[in-house]
Amino acid sequence: MELLDSFIFITLIKAAVVLAVLLTTLAYLQWVERKVIAHVQVRPGPYRVGPHGLLQPVADIIKLLTKEDLLPPYVNKPLYLLAPFLAISMALLSISVIPFGPMIKVGPVITWMQLTDLNIGVLFILAVSSMGVYGIALAGWASNNKYALIGGLRSSAQMISYELPMSLAIAAPLLISNTLSLRELVMSQAGGIFHWNILHGPFPQVISFIIFMIAAFAETNRVPFDLPEAENELVAGFHTEYSSMKFASFFMAEYANMITVSAMATLLFLGGWMAPWPVAWGANLVPTVIFAVAGVTALYHGANAARKRDKRTLPVFGIIFFIIAGVFLLPIVQSWLLPLFWFAAKTGAILFLFMWVRATLPRFRYDQLMGFTWKFLFPVAMLNLLVTSFLVAWTTK
Amino acid sequence: MDVILFLIFAVVAVVCAINVVVQTHPISSALSLVGVMGSLAVLYLLLGAEFIAAAQVIVYAGAIMVLFVFVIMLLNAGAETKKGRSYLIPGAPLLIVFLGLMAYYVQRYLFPESAVVRFGGFTGGGPKDIGNALFTTYLLPFEVTSILILVAIIGAVVLARKEIE
Repeated sequence: MELLDSFIFITLIKAAVVLAVLLTTLAYLQWVERKVIAHVQVRPGPYRVGPHGLLQPVADIIKLLTKEDLLPPYVNKPLYLLAPFLAISMALLSISVIPFGPMIKVGPVITWMQLTDLNIGVLFILAVSSMGVYGIALAGWASNNKYALIGGLRSSAQMISYELPMSLAIAAPLLISNTLSLRELVMSQAGGIFHWNILHGPFPQVISFIIFMIAAFAETNRVPFDLPEAENELVAGFHTEYSSMKFASFFMAEYANMITVSAMATLLFLGGWMAPWPVAWGANLVPTVIFAVAGVTALYHGANAARKRDKRTLPVFGIIFFIIAGVFLLPIVQSWLLPLFWFAAKTGAILFLFMWVRATLPRFRYDQLMGFTWKFLFPVAMLNLLVTSFLVAWTTK
Repeated sequence: MDVILFLIFAVVAVVCAINVVVQTHPISSALSLVGVMGSLAVLYLLLGAEFIAAAQVIVYAGAIMVLFVFVIMLLNAGAETKKGRSYLIPGAPLLIVFLGLMAYYVQRYLFPESAVVRFGGFTGGGPKDIGNALFTTYLLPFEVTSILILVAIIGAVVLARKEIE
């Protein structure tokens, strides 16, 4: 009984920590995206609320919470209310099987940095994400609005079509790792960058990774595949009739899905929380070096400030970066902070790719979008899976 | 715990199944069917068949039912209109009697006490066990099914093809 109690207790604590971190990340991902796109377009981005706009997410949340919650009279009420709930809960559910790091020891407790490990973890994420389509499709239909309906139809057609190449791209690295459990998947990629599935023999999964990323852009309805909410033809697509927190739910679901697919790409292809080269070659010093360089850069720009405010804010940021760089050198925290750093760095790099592409590429035309997946992505993914399975069968006894 | 979860999801499944027939709007019926599929997946999970549970959600709830909903939305089908009188009053008691007799027969003669699987008593439902069974014991049915599906795909492509004059 005591074991059960402590298991439930530990799981509750872990769930609370994961939820708090995830929701904060969701809020700040929006800020990061606005900043990245702004700097790509040579403008400062959010700058007024807090130093460098750091309090902008808080202001946005207050705005969304206090907005009037409109319920149009012509909607199908139960489904209209169900849709955003379905979208956000399915988006948050898949984080429960994602492993963030190895086994850690907190005081007397030894636990994994993961909520739960299923032996069908990959299938669980696929199942949950395929249920997420309902949120968008129903939002479009229940709104009883032609733009919303077209957005919902486009999105369900697009998500069904891109699920095929995505599943085939996921299957190929699974053949190499020979497991469906996400934890064992990462464990099988230990030992440096050439053991990661993207470069691992017998057949490096580079093609598979590219197909997965393209399909991920379509599954999360991001530019260049954001046809469901194409604002210059469909007003706002499937969420045209939604306001305040119901709109925010769709918004959060999109960003949560982005985090999930980035984490999936990290786990499947980029070795999860594993460092790219052995500790003997100084892998443990990488975070310290990165944060120290960031600190020096911030201090330099603080000394040669472009704007008046930067003279005070940038040196503070520089000192904070130096403190973080120092924390990574402490032996007590290294055992859990370093895996977490590598996981966050890889996931963050893919999230940055999402933003970079949004700032760079224009939108596809709808027939191009469909032709691309059925006539190009699907056959290539199929061929890649065939070659991989043939080579895996050939090399294993 | 197993029994409580079983009762909850069994009731959800039955209520959703009744709702599929009772609802007049096709979208509501389709969504109730999704509910049935989802609760069935949880029941599979409770019995220890993890792979079947995941496949149930991915294939039925996630792919086939999305297509149903998509087609209903595309055709913009409205609610059914009732024609003639309802046969609910004579039909419902007859249905209950029929289902009761069926349940009694299945429980008494088809599955005797010795053949029943208890919760947690079955562990061969993982992807590995299913894969082993499919590619050794059931290889021929598996391959025949694949060919059947291939034929169906070719049929669909032929039907959907545009006529070239």
